[in-house]
Amino acid sequence: MAELRESLSLYRLLIAARVRAQLQYRTSFAIETVAAFLVSFLDFVAILVIFSNVPQLGTWSVAQVALLYALATLSFAFTDLVIGHLDGFPALIRDGNFDLMLVRPKGTLFQVITGDFQLRRLGRVAQALLVLGYALNTLAIDWTPDRALVLALTVPSGVLIYGSVWVAVICIAFWTVEGREAANAFTYGGAFLAQYPMNIFDRWLRRFLGYFVPMAFIAYFPALHVLGKTDPLGLPAVLQVASPVVALAAAVVASTVWRFAVRHYQSAGG
Amino acid sequence: MPLIELEGVAKDFVVHRSAGLLRRDRITVQAVQDLTFSVERGTILGYIGPNGAGKSTTVKMLTGILVPTAGRVSVGGLVPWDERIALARRIGVMFGQRVQLWWDLPLVDSLELLRHMYRVPADRYRHTLASLREALELDPFMRTPVRQLSLGQRIRGELAAAMLHDPEILFLDEPTIGLDVVAKQRVREFLIRANRERGVTVMLTTHDLADIERLCSRILIIDHGRLIYDGDVNALKERYGTERVLVVDLEEPQGPLEVEGGRVIKVEGPRQWIAFERARTNAAQLAAAVATRANLRDLTVEEPEIDDVVRRIYLETRP
Repeated sequence: MAELRESLSLYRLLIAARVRAQLQYRTSFAIETVAAFLVSFLDFVAILVIFSNVPQLGTWSVAQVALLYALATLSFAFTDLVIGHLDGFPALIRDGNFDLMLVRPKGTLFQVITGDFQLRRLGRVAQALLVLGYALNTLAIDWTPDRALVLALTVPSGVLIYGSVWVAVICIAFWTVEGREAANAFTYGGAFLAQYPMNIFDRWLRRFLGYFVPMAFIAYFPALHVLGKTDPLGLPAVLQVASPVVALAAAVVASTVWRFAVRHYQSAGG
Repeated sequence: MPLIELEGVAKDFVVHRSAGLLRRDRITVQAVQDLTFSVERGTILGYIGPNGAGKSTTVKMLTGILVPTAGRVSVGGLVPWDERIALARRIGVMFGQRVQLWWDLPLVDSLELLRHMYRVPADRYRHTLASLREALELDPFMRTPVRQLSLGQRIRGELAAAMLHDPEILFLDEPTIGLDVVAKQRVREFLIRANRERGVTVMLTTHDLADIERLCSRILIIDHGRLIYDGDVNALKERYGTERVLVVDLEEPQGPLEVEGGRVIKVEGPRQWIAFERARTNAAQLAAAVATRANLRDLTVEEPEIDDVVRRIYLETRP
């Protein structure tokens, strides 16, 4: 417990130092944040374009898809804020700079996560919150305690799932220097797919997203529960409240993969 | 009990080489083989050898970065890769070619963050930092972002970072690489002080023979992953490093000069290379002798390169 408290306070110090450095360039920070907001908004525009042609998307109305989209995007945006710099992890391995993390008295994953923090990524968070506001405002949700609880836990679970997938796939970098493209297919690809209702996809893709990479638990299942919607796929209702459990399981798998990978780290050069 | 102990340590790397379009061959490279030595507390140990000899691999195994393929390693009574975090609190590590400080932050912020990471108590931190600031002359650039520091300033900052938690052992990989003569001397003086005043054990890899002469009480030479010399610096110099070369530029080209105690090994136009034994004569006597026979324009003295020394030892020790 004391260990955890110490890690959290160290995390706060490290991030605060980063933020201070970034805020030295206020104009650049403002432009980048607005740009991130606008670019991510295009994703939602794409969904609106689809709805201008069809009234429904696999039994989902536009406001329902907006909820789905907002939950998925919010989870992804927070994950991106905290660990988006993992994109650069293969370079860290290739250049041998991971060595430095192994000679410091802290967990390697902790050090990789605290290695950067890009405040401009808040632009995407703002965009997702805006869409969430629109969805909750438009939908006449019949609020019950369990629905409120599921909604409240959706984003934290989603962040943990995205983060776990990200960490697990980035471990490819320990074996091959070409890991980045493969990893991106899972992370960014998964993030894109989670914004849409799962039932519109082909069966093999659904299985992949449901079981192997648990993206369906990020927004699809919890949204069904919050909306009181019957699953168009007819899957067991318990899945709709299982996201936190799936998230914890994903975290355990990811940290196991990470530990295994670090043990096989070969460093760079002689 | 020795502070550092290695017994029969080996490290193999598996590398893949493409053989044709789709096939890849697995090749095992033995970076280090059957390494056995120990280091007593308070030593300044020079660990030298040509590029690719296995120096960095050894240091990485001692600091917990790499897991050896075979053998036993103990550093301060710990198994480095199993007790990595406990070990990290007791050692300081600096890689001359890597940046450990936070690139965008002022030096003082980096040090402050490391204080928290290493859990250095506030009053001890103040005390240690004050003495490091004085010894490394950090004050002029304490508030400068690391990316704006010169190499010499950054290396001093890195040394401060490595010493902040009062480590028992300092592992330095090429600490003086790329530094000018003044900066090199400053680093050396700091290391000698740290060793004398705080009793820090130092293990450094280097290509610079001057580092070794001024610093090391003991040296190990490694080549092709094997230990080929273990002893003190004087013995090494007596056996192998005694020959120096005086390079003279004459007013005009002429045949090889004949001077007492020297032997011309190369002539290139007006420039001649004269090898001499340090025990028999010195550069000044030799230069004076040259001046009586020709008009001297310029001269320099070449120290033996560590790679030359290593090559000579290698030739002698080869079965």
